[in-house]
Order: sequence, then C-alpha cells, then structure tokens
Amino acid sequence: MENAALNIVVLVKYVPDTQFDRHLTGENHRLDRNESILSELDEYALEAALAITDDRGGAKAGNFVTALTLGPASAVAAVKKSLQIGATSGVHVSDEALAGSDAWSTSLALAAAVRTLGPVDLIITGMSSTDGETSLVPTQLAARLGLPAITFASSLELDGTTVTARRDGDDVSEDIQATLPVLVSVTDQANEPRYPNFKGILAAKKKKITTLSLADIGLSADAVGHIGSLTRVDSAAERPARTAGTIITDAGDAGIQLVDFLAAQKLI
Amino acid sequence: MTAIVVFIDQINASGTLHSTSQQLLTLARSAGEAVVVVAGPVSEDLAAELGVHGVARVLHSEQSELADFLIAPKADLVAQVAASVSASAVLLENSPAGKEIAARVGVALNAGVITDAVTVENQGGALLAHKSVLAGSYMVQAQATSAVTVISVKSHSVEARAAAQTVVPVVERIEVTFGPASLGARIIRRTSRTASGRPELEDARIVVAGGRGLDGDFGPVEELADVLGAAVGASRAATDAGWISHAAQVGQTGKKVSPQLYISVGISGAIQQKAGMQTSKVIVAVNKDSESPVFEIADFGIVGDLFKVLPQAVEEIKRRRS
Ligand SMILES: Cc1cc2nc3c(=O)[nH]c(=O)nc-3n(C[C@H](O)[C@H](O)[C@H](O)COP(=O)(O)OP(=O)(O)OC[C@H]3O[C@@H](n4cnc5c(N)ncnc54)[C@H](O)[C@@H]3O)c2cc1C
Ligand SMILES: Nc1ncnc2c1ncn2[C@@H]1O[C@H](COP(=O)(O)O)[C@@H](O)[C@H]1O
Repeated sequence: MENAALNIVVLVKYVPDTQFDRHLTGENHRLDRNESILSELDEYALEAALAITDDRGGAKAGNFVTALTLGPASAVAAVKKSLQIGATSGVHVSDEALAGSDAWSTSLALAAAVRTLGPVDLIITGMSSTDGETSLVPTQLAARLGLPAITFASSLELDGTTVTARRDGDDVSEDIQATLPVLVSVTDQANEPRYPNFKGILAAKKKKITTLSLADIGLSADAVGHIGSLTRVDSAAERPARTAGTIITDAGDAGIQLVDFLAAQKLI
Repeated sequence: MTAIVVFIDQINASGTLHSTSQQLLTLARSAGEAVVVVAGPVSEDLAAELGVHGVARVLHSEQSELADFLIAPKADLVAQVAASVSASAVLLENSPAGKEIAARVGVALNAGVITDAVTVENQGGALLAHKSVLAGSYMVQAQATSAVTVISVKSHSVEARAAAQTVVPVVERIEVTFGPASLGARIIRRTSRTASGRPELEDARIVVAGGRGLDGDFGPVEELADVLGAAVGASRAATDAGWISHAAQVGQTGKKVSPQLYISVGISGAIQQKAGMQTSKVIVAVNKDSESPVFEIADFGIVGDLFKVLPQAVEEIKRRRS
C-alpha cells in the first residue's frame, strides 16, 4: 500500500539564547526575551519531522510540515528559521493577552491553534523548552487534543501508520508503539539536526506564515496569559554568579592538594 | 483535614518505599492528610512502611493497563483518586514520569502545575514551591492559583521523618476508567540495564563526572568516585561516545544535580554542561587546559593531567584512611 501524505505539526519555541545571561523582569517576573532564537531542542523535533517526510517524497509528494509557535511578534523568527531549515509552512499564534501564559494556558492555546489546521497525523515537539524547562506543554497538548503521547523519544520511526519510539530511562529502556495520530516529544539523542542551506533560505521567502490571534482560535483573553494561568511566580531572586576560586597548576602533587582541599572543606 | 495525594509507583518496583517517596510523605503530612495512590500491588512491607509515615489511607489499582502502556493510565489513576478524595494537592517525584503525570493531572483537574520544586512550604494551607530556573541563575517562589495544586518535587526537598504515631493503613483496591488516548502508546519491550551499585546521580552527596578528556577510560573517575562513595556523571561528549550510559549525562539535556561536591574531570564546561551542575555547593575541576570555561566556576581548579592527578588523589585518600 502507498503511504498517504502526512500532515505533521512541529512545535517550535522562540527562547532567549542560553549562551547569554538571562533575566527575569517586571512585577510578574517575566523572562526578558531579547537575544532570542529558535530553541535548540526544537531543532531535533523539526529534524525528526523532515526525516520522516523526506522518506515519503517530501513536500512534492504532498507531505506537510507546519512549524507552529506561540509567542510575541518577534517569535515569528522561530517560524522563519524553521521554514529555512525545511518546514513547508508556518503558524504564529500571537496576541497581547497571551503574555505570561503558563504551561496550562499555553497548551490550551496551542490545542486551539492545532484544531484550526484540520486533521493532523503527527505532532512533534522538543523534550523541553530551554527557558521554561518544564516539559509540561507536550503532554498537556496531547491530553487536550485526545492524542496518545510518547515523550522523551530518543529514536522515532514511522512505518505506514505505526510509530515506534525508544525511551531511555535510568535503569530501563522502553520501546513504545502507537498508531497515528500521535504526539511525540524527542530528545537530543534522536537525530542530528540539519542546518538551513542557501537554497532553503531562498525557498523560505515564498513559504506561507499564518498569524492567528486569540479570536482566530476562538479563545477569550481571560482564558490565557497572566489572568488565565493557574500558576504564578511570587518572587524571584538572582543567584550571585559563581566566581572562580583557587586555581593551581599541577607540579606533581596536585592530587594531594586536592585531598587537602576536600579535607579542609570537610568533604572527606 | 485536607487531603494531599502522593503517588507511588510499584509497577516493576521493589515492594518497598523509595527514599524520595518518604520525603514526599513527610511533606504531605506537613500540609494535610497524606492519601497514597499506588499503581500496582501494595506489599505488606510497603503497607507497614506507609503506616510508619502516618498514612492511614491507601488506594491502589492493579489493572494491567498501568504496566502495558506509557504513563497516561497512571495519570488517569492519580487524577481520579485526587478528584474522589477532593485533594487540595498532588505531590509527585520529579522524574520524567512524575512530571508527565503532573502535566496530565493538571489538565484533568484544571490545576496549576509546578515542576522541579527544591522545597515546598505550607503557608496557611497554600503550598509555596521554590525552584531554581534559567540554569540555576534564579531562585523563584511559585504557587498554583487553582483549587488543586500539583507539584513535582526533587529529591532532598525535606529530610524524611517517621510520623509521631504509626498507623495501620486501610488499603483499598480500586478500578479506574482509562481515557481512550491513554491506551494509545503501548510498551512493546523493556530492556533493563544492570545497576552500577553506586549512588543515584540526583541523590548523591558527591558526584565525580568525566568528559571527553577521559579518552574512553572511565577507570580513574570510577576509582575516585568509589573511594568517595560518589555517583558517576558524564558530559554529553562522553555519553555520545558510548563510554558510559546516557543515564549518566549531566547537563541541560541530562540530569540536573546539586550535590555538596561536584568533581569535574576532563570536561571543558560548555554552557549545556554547566546548566546541570552549577548549583552544586562546591565545584572542583581537573582539566589540562587552563583556558577551559569550567575554571570560571570552580572553587578549586587543577590545571593538570587527570591521569596523574586522579590516581594520586585516590592513593592519598586511601593512605589517610589506613
Ligand atoms: C542541544 C544540546 C544539548 C546538550 N546537552 C548537554 C548536556 O546535557 N550535558 C553536557 O555535558 N553537554 C551537553 N551538550 C554538549 C556541550 O555543548 C559540549 O559539547 C559537551 O559538554 C562537551 O563535553 P566535554 O567537556 O567532555 O568535551 P570537550 O569540550 O571536548 O572537553 C574535553 C576537555 O577535556 C580536557 N582534557 C583532555 N585531556 C585531558 C587530560 N588528560 N587531563 C585533563 N583534562 C583533559 C580538555 O582540555 C577539554 O577541556 C549539549 C549540546 C547541545 C547542542
Ligand atoms: N510557546 C510555545 N510555542 C511553541 N511550542 C512550544 C511553546 N512552549 C512549549 N512548546 C513546545 O513544547 C516543548 C516543551 O516545552 P516546555 O513544556 O515549556 O518545557 C518545547 O520544546 C516546544 O516544542
């Protein structure tokens, strides 16, 4: 049997670059979103989607990979980058009222956005965002859409409509199987993400990006954002940055000096 | 008194209470009445231990779906019990499974979820969670604003204590209804790895971690770990190379540890590695390149060859002890 063309949605988050200092600001302790990029962990999700559709003849064979982000106006950059890497189209959910959304309301809005995309075969996400780092959004989205979820997949294969994935736990690895439609979150073990090439960058300019407001996805402002969220940050304290301590160069007795240090610190 | 649900997984488990569960019970007791939900059987030993922790009520299910499918059925169990006992909070361990159950219970009960809590305090009935965010650069206090609070709690959030009075828990076997999507991801194979016999990374007081500098030989790191009673960690370069299990990886996409002492060996200290260890109390680094970024955060740094420094330290520790 011929494999049917796939409709895949990849979640991509626009996050502050972890290479720079990151700060919480304002009375609600929100993250300062300067110097942001496509989350590096979502590149693995995008790669997983593209590898699967490449196998089935890519966009030419009617396969769709939609990069979906929820975030401020600037977050469209994450979608653009995804289009350059190879996604076929983009969706950007953006609305003032979404600011300050926690996982509960982010997943609510993402679910509403996915519903506007027609029947979806596969949703692929990163293992966690590099800013919130909760790993809550993927499962909450799956729960809202009534989809099975395979989280933390370190490998992912699709055969016909059967998804097989591996999960590596501390003392046991599990092989998991599910039938489309399903949501999968992938780890950085899953693949080696590709980079955008010149052709991809040019092609991206012609690809379509749809912007959706809250009204477009049928949600009211009080269901999301700071008001709709079910958690709140009461206070935040910056930790003093770690500073370098004593650095010695081994002159033949560094192992002994190490033990002296541990003993002085009462660690042995 | 308000019910605080604590989930304990006994599928493929030992039949006894893990130290993290003991900590959760201690926490629960400080905030209300601990009601325990168990996936799988409740052995006599487990029931007795729960009694020591003051647990009067245990609900458990032995439905086969709990073992045959990925996490979602366990979340159905927890959510249904939490709803039936009108719980004000659900406490879970901060493992990937614990966080996934937290996520699902959050959707099922319209409850705010806080993950990665390092401590939880009860302030007039409200549970306030403290957690470290942005790779350890901030500590925040957060709480749920919903009727039910769901928190996944890291180990060592409190010192586990027995209750003032031991009770004999009432153990009730129940059956729950699973959502159709919960039975969608089937576990078709489980492959166990042999345990190292060393402490678990996230529980250990001392971690000795090795990186690419070990060049395939974890021997020096393991020997130092063993004289210190430490857990062994690794950089992604070392786990990717297959020198040690991926479960040993410390960092952004591995374990986040904050032991009393972290000894970094042959690791350059990339931002993703730092993200998993820079909240350690004391950091020691051994690296032959004085320019390595790890030295910017080390309390004690040794510029030198790990293959000379580590064996010498091991000998010295043994000598002082004999
Ligand atoms: C999405 C993503 C996620 C990642 N997540 C993680 C993560 O969770 N954890 C993680 O660790 N990394 C992670 N990384 C990888 C990270 O960026 C680094 O590549 C990695 O940490 C490097 O490992 P290393 O320090 O062992 O190797 P290197 O950077 O190659 O450093 C090896 C060090 O060993 C020293 N050395 C060599 N020989 C000796 C000797 N004989 N004696 C003493 N010192 C010696 C060298 O001077 C060097 O500093 C991630 C990367 C990405 C892109
Ligand atoms: N605002 C968002 N827009 C798009 N995807 C998101 C967003 N938030 C989370 N995700 C996805 O969910 C994954 C886990 O995020 P988190 O639950 O925040 O750790 C990320 O890797 C993304 O794939």
